[in-house]
Amino acid sequence: MNWLRKAWSTDPRRDRDAMVYIVLLMFAVLFPLFANVISGGSPSFWLSFMADGGVYMLLALGLNVVVGFAGLLDLGYAAFFAIGAYTYAFLASNHLEVTPLHTSLHLPFWIVLFVALFVAACFGVILGAPTLRLRGDYLAIVTLGFGEIVPRVFKNAAVWTSGVNGISALDTPQLPFWIQGPWSGDSFAFVTNLKIFDPFGYYVIMCLLLVLAIIIVRNLQNSRMGRAWAAIREDEVAAAAMGVNTVQAKLLAFAIGASVSGFAGTFYGAKLSLVSPENFTFVVSITVLVMVVLGGMGNIPGVLSGSLLLYWITFWLLPGLPDTATNVANAFGLTGLTHTSGDFPGIGEYISRLKFLVFGLILVVVMLVRPEGLVPSRERQQELKKGTHEDTIIEDVQAEVG
Amino acid sequence: MDDGAVLRLDHVVKRFGGLVAVNDVTFDVKKGEVFALIGPNGAGKTTLFNGVTGLLPPTSGSVIFEGREIAGTKPHEVAKLGIARTFQNIRLFEYMSAVENILVGEHCRMNAKLWDSIFKTPRERREEAAVHERAMELLKFVGIDRWANSYARNLPYGGQRRLEIARALATKPRLLLLDEPAAGFTPQEKVELMRLVGKILESGVTVFLIEHDMKVVMGISKRIVVLDHGEMIAQGTPDEVRSNPRVIEAYLGKQH
Repeated sequence: MNWLRKAWSTDPRRDRDAMVYIVLLMFAVLFPLFANVISGGSPSFWLSFMADGGVYMLLALGLNVVVGFAGLLDLGYAAFFAIGAYTYAFLASNHLEVTPLHTSLHLPFWIVLFVALFVAACFGVILGAPTLRLRGDYLAIVTLGFGEIVPRVFKNAAVWTSGVNGISALDTPQLPFWIQGPWSGDSFAFVTNLKIFDPFGYYVIMCLLLVLAIIIVRNLQNSRMGRAWAAIREDEVAAAAMGVNTVQAKLLAFAIGASVSGFAGTFYGAKLSLVSPENFTFVVSITVLVMVVLGGMGNIPGVLSGSLLLYWITFWLLPGLPDTATNVANAFGLTGLTHTSGDFPGIGEYISRLKFLVFGLILVVVMLVRPEGLVPSRERQQELKKGTHEDTIIEDVQAEVG
Repeated sequence: MDDGAVLRLDHVVKRFGGLVAVNDVTFDVKKGEVFALIGPNGAGKTTLFNGVTGLLPPTSGSVIFEGREIAGTKPHEVAKLGIARTFQNIRLFEYMSAVENILVGEHCRMNAKLWDSIFKTPRERREEAAVHERAMELLKFVGIDRWANSYARNLPYGGQRRLEIARALATKPRLLLLDEPAAGFTPQEKVELMRLVGKILESGVTVFLIEHDMKVVMGISKRIVVLDHGEMIAQGTPDEVRSNPRVIEAYLGKQH
């Protein structure tokens, strides 16, 4: 209970990060109840919606290791997401029977989760190796290439992946055993191999994965390796001269980043029960990168809240805009606007064409108002002040006392 | 190598295309001394440092550290072997605190594996506590502990130079290369720096420095090598070097 008291008594102005963690945690716990209330007892849609949102949070968390911690701009991150998802598709469906192997595996979700982590990490190293000598823009171009190649390979290696059709009917995750009872609306029973069909199950799994990923990434950030990454981000030559094996550290950043997205990919494949090359395009990479930058590069709570906000905007606010506009028009008695007339396609259709303009505007406004991100890391905040606060300001309060 | 040489440069040459930056330089740095490398701008002094620390390996010749050939060794391996350096134009990790800068220096002496870091094992926690403590000691040693939690870039200029020395010392070197440590210092700061170099020497670290300020060089170093246009033109004690006509010529030009 001590940590709870500590967290509670923390002054939010002094420790914003802790506050964000608490809010996110409470949100995660209360969301199912909330969804139950607003949907009038059938929260499936909302829980499923948030479980998908969790996929993006995981992706942003992983990309943050590469971009935020180690300062390596990666524009092909969706590739690892695809690799994770396809790993699940190969290892947990009947699909391998129609490939030259003619036999299928049905590994449990929980095992594939870690297999995919490992496979994605290996591909992280494979991509990382040729880019070690590159930085900034040049690195971005190479990773962009990798991000384009991977979905294309999945698309064109049709013998193995059935090409554009993708792989469907993936196994549903199972719990090895489970005790049924009133809490799941059944009578008492001991069941084995309980299939998880319920969106609430996915929601819980996603929360667990997120907590696990956050703990791992956070521990790494505050460790020897996290400092090595930060040092490479700041000055690679100096880092090497101080005994940091930059090759190893950069490869590790790629591998850790990729492995988190392997997690996300497995979950995504299992929940959707379908993988297709169309799901892992450049747009995914860019969306995740925008989440990281907009939330606050290098700062885990920032990245989490950024991805949550952006997910909500792109997958709820924007798709809902046309309907909202139609409703508003009706409410004001402007029913004429909702119908097609001449070149005007009706306000709903009209707004839906403007969706990306609105999205762009939101991004521009957020970045203008908070260039350092929603919940920035301390260093990012400082960096952006560079122009205005030159010279030798001692930021630390204790320093002046001492 | 029992003649007390910590570092031996043997016919070291560094070429950049057609330009010969360092030409056939040979000398020894002996254990427990302050050894200085001087010369006019563009003489190849920093190039020589880069050659020793593996940032830009020499074209030919050998660099022997404690009896071991290190020419061509990777920079982080050189650091691990026991050679640390500072940079002429300060290269701190600007957006890391002073303590964190030093902790990066300790990186190569730490044993925590990835596994330990991910799960915060007791071993990892112990090690973290130990290196934090040592980092604070080093900050005290160079006299900037009151800025421990400030960003490196926010330290005053002299503090930054000292922090760079502390960061280099954090790698537990046996040979410390200082690239113009007194550049931009006031006379008072120069005296303090000389005192600090003395303290470092007492702790058993051999110091090899590049310096322009003759007062500092003559005051603390035991032996001096003079480079001019990549060639070694003189070697000896401060007094010998000071009266060497070739050195005077290199610095002041020929008398007509």
